Amino acid sequence: MSTLTSLARAQAVRAGRAQPIATVRHLHIHDRPLVLIPLTLAGEANAPLAAMAGDHPDTPRLLVVAQPRNRDQRFAFAAALAGIVVSYVDSFTLEVEAVAGDRPRDIRVRFADAPQIVVPNPGGVGFARLFGRSTRFRRTYGDFPVDPAVPMLGRWLTFLAERAEYPGSCLLLAATEALALHWATGQSLVEDQNLAALLGWIEPPAGLTGVQAAALAEDAGICPPAGPTTDPVFDNTVLASLIRDGDVPGLEKALTTQLEPTWGLVWRAIDRLRALPAGSRVAGRWDADKEAFTAHVQHLRDGGPPQPRRDSATAAAQRLNRLERAQASYAAQRAFDDLLVLAEYRLAGEAFAGTVTAADPERVEGTGRSRKLRPHITVTTADPVRLAPGTALSAPTRPGQKATLLAVTGDEVLLELSGGMGRAATPAPGTVPELGERICYSSLTDGYQPVADFPRREDTPWTHGGPPAGYEPVAVDDAAAEEWS
Amino acid sequence: MHERQSSGGGDIEARLARIRGTAPVREHTARTIAALTTNPGCDRRAVLDAAGIDKQKLAGYVGFAFPSGQSPFAITRGNAFEAQVKADGCAGLLRLLGERLGLPVPEVSYADLAPAGGDASLEGRHARTHRLVAEAAAAGPDGAVLLDHPLLRLAVGGRTAYLEPDLIAVKLRGRFHIVEIKSFAVIDGQADGRKVAAAATQAAVYVLALRGLLAELGYGPETVADEAVLICPENFANRPTAALVDVRKQVRVLARQLSRLVRVGDLVAALPPDLTFDLGDGAGIPGRPVVEVKGALHATRARYAPECLDACELAYFCRDEARGQTAALGRSVRDELGGVPDVADVLALAEGSRAPDGDQAESAELLRLAARLRAEALAAAR
Repeated sequence: MSTLTSLARAQAVRAGRAQPIATVRHLHIHDRPLVLIPLTLAGEANAPLAAMAGDHPDTPRLLVVAQPRNRDQRFAFAAALAGIVVSYVDSFTLEVEAVAGDRPRDIRVRFADAPQIVVPNPGGVGFARLFGRSTRFRRTYGDFPVDPAVPMLGRWLTFLAERAEYPGSCLLLAATEALALHWATGQSLVEDQNLAALLGWIEPPAGLTGVQAAALAEDAGICPPAGPTTDPVFDNTVLASLIRDGDVPGLEKALTTQLEPTWGLVWRAIDRLRALPAGSRVAGRWDADKEAFTAHVQHLRDGGPPQPRRDSATAAAQRLNRLERAQASYAAQRAFDDLLVLAEYRLAGEAFAGTVTAADPERVEGTGRSRKLRPHITVTTADPVRLAPGTALSAPTRPGQKATLLAVTGDEVLLELSGGMGRAATPAPGTVPELGERICYSSLTDGYQPVADFPRREDTPWTHGGPPAGYEPVAVDDAAAEEWS
Repeated sequence: MHERQSSGGGDIEARLARIRGTAPVREHTARTIAALTTNPGCDRRAVLDAAGIDKQKLAGYVGFAFPSGQSPFAITRGNAFEAQVKADGCAGLLRLLGERLGLPVPEVSYADLAPAGGDASLEGRHARTHRLVAEAAAAGPDGAVLLDHPLLRLAVGGRTAYLEPDLIAVKLRGRFHIVEIKSFAVIDGQADGRKVAAAATQAAVYVLALRGLLAELGYGPETVADEAVLICPENFANRPTAALVDVRKQVRVLARQLSRLVRVGDLVAALPPDLTFDLGDGAGIPGRPVVEVKGALHATRARYAPECLDACELAYFCRDEARGQTAALGRSVRDELGGVPDVADVLALAEGSRAPDGDQAESAELLRLAARLRAEALAAAR
């Protein structure tokens, strides 16, 4: 959040509807996403109550657990959900594409597409994480065996939930967060957590303001919560007696009334996002998702172990490092794709836009073999510039060219350029910004960031618990013996 | 603990009684006391709480009912888990304390202070708690005791609140511990941070109350451990696990809030003399015109923030009142808009249609720049 998005909130208050905070879509929206709306039983540790899922708005499938505290029914639900989720995921392992590696002769193969699951809110992502945890270690043999699809579902849900933490990844999306990335409402972030209220601001029904639409959306009697927890009044007046009586048709009917409105909202959110033009770097990030998907399928095919309950010290540090690098790159890519996001950096003084008012395109440094082209340009800007001399900058429109900030005098910024001008003694035509050209520079980079160095697993220092124990399915798998209420 | 202010205390009490009107006093619980820490700057809430007014009922009366109620499933599960932990004189709990927390559990005497026949009055139960705590405190380092269903007292804004911790106070290593039994799960050693924070604040209320009791007996605050024992189900099963939660910070914050509440007299003195939230028409039937009750509410100064929606029964009324204010969009939004209170002023400053007041010059400049950059980017994208 920044003054810019906060100003958009103020404008939304006056307009009575949400205001854009992005001019392009920053997320990949799949042609065939799988929408999943999980519901859990209040008070229990992520005990599924029902789910609505499907890859087409007209064909939702309803899964209901008649007695959520019953262990066998819980795993029957997991197996049924696996039938939907795992077969959806598997449908992307049929087609591959070849991609060039780092060297010209390296050709790698990856899956041509990847799955995308959309849940209503971050609670849905939390459900995936916890349900993944409660199913991926289940044994398919011995005492309390489960359907082999159950641990497979757990491993996929865990993979997707972990991937959802990855900045810019679109394999598992929460509809509220996806919308909030593109629109600012006239209410607070707390209230934006309600999908119906958020969409009420973005697309108020005819004749209603955002405030009025959101107020209707907050009434659980009119608009049931998007889960995973259900409305306590519904629990009290409807659900309790149906569960007590084991009335399956009644439960299916009642839970449909709770799930159907959200089903419609999630698909509306998807349509709304799809209607935005995609940013130019979205496809590249989706490629990274395809890589991650391919790697996980390979891990499963190689018989790799399920994800551990907790990362080892080295794995946690590596993961954090990956997340930090992805965060920096995602921030830069969004700014390069979207003038409105770039404006945040201009407001903060980390980027500026202006007009080229002076240029010395043929300026050189050194002589003979060390002769280098180092053109100078002056950009006149009305933006506040809070960058120190010596800072390396680049323009989104000229990614291959480095600009070093030499001095800021009043509203004039003097820059020295290097790179991206061809191999001749003078710059190739058009490679140096020309007089009168509008240009924007920032300190953001989307370049290569070196991977930090971490000790190998077996060299984990004692300060971090020493080398972690290897994966032993049987020893770890006391989960199967956990008592159930 | 805090003594009621002697000077003018009776006057304040009479004023608060008038503000409350004919409705019965709504007593504090650990939950409402814990909630005092969430928005300490709100005068409206301070006055209503000090007067012991039923905010839920008041909010419903003025048309902004708070969607409340706990799911029956959550209640059942909570009760079942508590019963399981306390079964057989808390035998399982004691084993857990020994195994998980390394607290030595020698011979422990168990006392259930539940209201069973006899003297079930609050005073009576509190007196029994008082006596047993005094005995345990005097028994020296080896006298471990487990008190089930104890009843503690805490002075809140000049009134006495009775509090029922889940369990007190296993006296171990010579110190008392508050035990909180919660039914949210700890999964692979991690639990929902918000739920843990809420449990810690509640435990802090009990720590303060127990310290108050021991202070009356002449023992220092160190007699009660800074760490509360949290008992939760582990992973996806019902097996309990234990963890120590440091509540020092929560105790400090609560103590500060409670000392501020004692000064509610200053707040009340500034209110219109005939202010009352009585809903009755004089005959004991709620019939007072809603507009009058709303007027009384508007006469108190609220400090609404979106976080109130989770914590205060009046939040929806205050939110409606705060429409058009930047604070209603969130505290960080308000700060980012230069602290300008009204949305209309923000927009006027951003568009340059209003000259900034003395201390707004800097905010106005930032807002104008933001408006220009936003308009520029949106125009370029079209």
